Amino acid sequence: MEFESVIGLEIHVELDTESKMFCGCSTRFGEAPNTQTCPVCLGMPGSLPVPNKKAVEYVIRTGLAIFCDISLFSQFHRKNYFYPDMPKNYQISQYDIPLCIDGHVDLEMEDYATTIGVTRIHLEEDTGKLLHIGGAGRIAGADYSQVDFNRAGVPLMEIVSEPDIRTPEEAKAYAQKIRAILVSLGVSDCNMDQGSMRVDANISLRPVGREELGVKAELKNLNSFRSLQRGLAYEIERQTKALQNGEAIVQETRHWDETKNTTSTLRTKEYAHDYRYFPDPDLVPMEFDPEWIEGLRAELPELPDERKERYMSDFGLPAHDANLLVETKATGDFFEAAVALYGGDAKIMSNWILGDLTYYLNSENVEIDAGEVKPAHLVEMVELIDDGTISGKIAKELFSEMFKTGKMPKAIVEEKGMTQISGQDEIAKIVDDVIAQNPDAVQEFHDGKERAFGFLVGQAMRLTKGRGNPQLINRLLKERL
Amino acid sequence: MAISEKDVKHVAWLARLALSDAEVEKFAKQLDVILEHAGKIAELDTKDVQPTAHAIPLKNVLREDKVGRCLAPEVALANAPHQEDQAFVVPRIV
Amino acid sequence: MELFKLTIHELHEKLVSKEISAKELAQSVFSRIDDVEERVKSYITVTRDVALAKADEIDKKIAGGERIGPLAGIPTAIKDVMNTEGIRTTCGSKILDNYIPVYTSTAVKNLLEEGIVMTGKTNMDEFAMGSSTENSGFFVTHNPWDLERVPGGSSGGSASVVAADEAIFSLGSDTGGSIRQPAALCGIVGMKPTYGLVSRFGLIAFASSLDQIGPFTKDVTDCAIVLNHLIGHDINDSTSVKIDKPDYTKALVNDLNGIKIGVPKELMAEGIDSKIKAVIENSLKLLEANGAVVAETSLPNIEHSLSAYYIIAPAEASSNLARFDGVRYGYRVPDAVDLIDMYMRTRAEGFGDEVKRRIMLGTYALSAGYYDAYYGQAQKVRTLIIDDFNRAFTDYDVLVSPTTPTTAFKIGEKVDDPLKMYLSDICTIPVNLAGLPGISVPCGTVDGLPVGLQVIGKTLGEEMMLRVAYSFEQSFGWSEKPKL
Ligand SMILES: [Mg+2]
Ligand SMILES: [Zn+2]
Repeated sequence: MEFESVIGLEIHVELDTESKMFCGCSTRFGEAPNTQTCPVCLGMPGSLPVPNKKAVEYVIRTGLAIFCDISLFSQFHRKNYFYPDMPKNYQISQYDIPLCIDGHVDLEMEDYATTIGVTRIHLEEDTGKLLHIGGAGRIAGADYSQVDFNRAGVPLMEIVSEPDIRTPEEAKAYAQKIRAILVSLGVSDCNMDQGSMRVDANISLRPVGREELGVKAELKNLNSFRSLQRGLAYEIERQTKALQNGEAIVQETRHWDETKNTTSTLRTKEYAHDYRYFPDPDLVPMEFDPEWIEGLRAELPELPDERKERYMSDFGLPAHDANLLVETKATGDFFEAAVALYGGDAKIMSNWILGDLTYYLNSENVEIDAGEVKPAHLVEMVELIDDGTISGKIAKELFSEMFKTGKMPKAIVEEKGMTQISGQDEIAKIVDDVIAQNPDAVQEFHDGKERAFGFLVGQAMRLTKGRGNPQLINRLLKERL
Repeated sequence: MAISEKDVKHVAWLARLALSDAEVEKFAKQLDVILEHAGKIAELDTKDVQPTAHAIPLKNVLREDKVGRCLAPEVALANAPHQEDQAFVVPRIV
Repeated sequence: MELFKLTIHELHEKLVSKEISAKELAQSVFSRIDDVEERVKSYITVTRDVALAKADEIDKKIAGGERIGPLAGIPTAIKDVMNTEGIRTTCGSKILDNYIPVYTSTAVKNLLEEGIVMTGKTNMDEFAMGSSTENSGFFVTHNPWDLERVPGGSSGGSASVVAADEAIFSLGSDTGGSIRQPAALCGIVGMKPTYGLVSRFGLIAFASSLDQIGPFTKDVTDCAIVLNHLIGHDINDSTSVKIDKPDYTKALVNDLNGIKIGVPKELMAEGIDSKIKAVIENSLKLLEANGAVVAETSLPNIEHSLSAYYIIAPAEASSNLARFDGVRYGYRVPDAVDLIDMYMRTRAEGFGDEVKRRIMLGTYALSAGYYDAYYGQAQKVRTLIIDDFNRAFTDYDVLVSPTTPTTAFKIGEKVDDPLKMYLSDICTIPVNLAGLPGISVPCGTVDGLPVGLQVIGKTLGEEMMLRVAYSFEQSFGWSEKPKL
């Protein structure tokens, strides 16, 4: 039997506000434990929450960017359950009336397009952090745990998708698109390493053609887009095997283990919570003026889809390039800065960014805006190619050096003597040497073997240590043979 | 009966309260009397009635996104029953 | 002179005229505490050193010719439900036995800035859950009028402390009658302001949508004076109302000409002791004699108040009290084997039976499958009750009723029958559900025990409510004191 996977994502995003959701404590990441707390975010007796206006605004901006309906009336609920990272043993969240409902995100896949529905976006508070002591730092096997409440109360936005996702690739593309939108909006840095963007996936399988949903598993600990894709691929395989063997799927939460490349049971549904949601009596409802919301809509910055259109129309880029360039805001910003500096064809900039630059960034795991190569580096380098100072081949070498050291291309070229040899006499002498030293190849060329010509060019390049002007070598070699 | 001993055990678990069997029995009886009384409102016709969460109709009470003063960590931890490395300590979770 | 017997306004005159010093006053009150506290047991914590230091500070101000406010130098007791920085705050519970707050509640801070001399923290039913102060995790407080009887609750300590002259005034909190009921049983004035008028920041929450801080005083004038300094918008409390602060002492007018007073017949029905009814009837005549128009009215839905209250308050409490888990503060069992064990036994050992009952009641009312029938329905009933009050207030300026259905009952009489205990608040609970202001003023005695008259005002109608209470007090001329 053929199965189809049904995937929905819950994306938690920490909002980029200065202060926490319900108190004035700073949201700065990476400070010493329990240095950013107060009676409110420690849940001390008698303390009361007051919501952060900017956080509310950020969620509404997000909703507008992904075509949601904005609730003109909204309220906070309490979600009750005991856990030591939660100071009050309830989380202030939203329940029946989230700030935004019913939006969507369009995805451009390799050879088809699709749309993923967004059920709701709601606002809540983040929890503190647990540090497990003993048992190799895993919760299971630890002797005890330490609690740091610096993160407790940081504004957290939860974006819940419809179960419209069908493949791990779509899941990854959807999550990446959400990130690009949020970063463009400036509402979050969406840093998965620091946990400011966290993705949980619900996945079930059903026979192709059936409407009814299968039993789902919830995947946790998907700490990167790569683990999202791999974790889902693993689950599909696991569930397919189970279903083919006639086993029932158990509704449960599963943990993705990045190193072992497997998922394992975290908890089954028997431990399902009864959250006892009710409107938080410490907080009053929110009612929004439609005009205020329209004002926010008017102020939305350019979003990835609009940017992509502009790259295609203004710079004549193919859809493929434009799509990749807008995948993160930083990549698009890099591209535009480079194009602005460079007088020539934007496609050349796109090629270098999506080619060598992306390759090096990925292999070193560096973000584009954190790398040593800036738009000015790239532009200066391409100009050196354009004016014939260096060859395309040398440029590749130069790029690697630039990436490692952050030095400007001209400086590197000078320092390493990488300039192209374009002197007619100099090249002519080398070409003569090559012809003299390789009589066999010369003979083969005269016998009509094209390959031999390539070999001779290669020999000439070798003698110039790669710096010879390839066009000149070609021309002189042809003349002399 | 409005509430059974099984229900009492369940809510005691949700509320993280350890109860002896004798207490379960005692509380079940007492809660049953109270719920019997309180449960009478279920019979009222409230089809067209809006619920009231706050007697005073306030709305849109929000604060500006400004950073205020935090507690010094030793003050934050001053009442902690158990602490280590400037963190609160809890016994093993699983 | 027995300074501890006097009122705020009398003492203020004497302090300003330098007839007495704040120190003398504080010493007088502490000598009274030394004298009677052993029998009454009002205080969980007495803060003598802090108080005397503060009195010295006030005396220096007076000596330096500085103007002082009406509360400066006045010995004041605070219900142990309000956070006081550096001073143990237990909420009447073993679970907070060793808890030293790191901040002060806004209400207490407001008064401290006015120069009150805090004498200590008063006993209460654990987490303000109760009507007799017998649910304190520490000891029972006795009614100064009859030491065999309860002072009422949950602010029993704050009521007895004023009735026994162990403080000049005190603060309490009122969720379903916890100020007005003990004020009535102890023969003093107790007032619950409109919900949102006094900041709840720093008040350890019982039921957030009902809790309100208010004063216990010896007369209505003192009540107005305290109220002037207690209220005010607080940015730390989202439910705090923004109003221009009135001077409530201006409302103290001894004239009820043309004032319309409604008497809800449901609050003069069967449940009310007939001798109390007789005292109330007399009080109504006094009000009429003073110019008021008194008539019977009806609040048909308030018969459901108790039911709605005993769903809403426990539901909110079950969530509010989840934070007492032994992680950040308070009691923790010393020998927990794991997290669940720590939670379960810490809370089982730290909370008393009444608190456990209400936590379980509230948990049940909110749990899956029961929410609509209990919590959802109770919130709707609350709307019906508010509508009843709104209708009545189109015809009347204030409503009056007995504060309690009986006088102070014997210690131990109702402890094993929670529902019977809950019925003690039948006249006060509807006022909390509707968020209205209410005051209890002494209006006589039954068998030597005080009876309270409840005056209920409109939302933010404190001034009219105080005027009626003041006029009544002036014409009634209550001057009885317990014999201790
Ligand atoms: Mg969530
Ligand atoms: Zn904080």
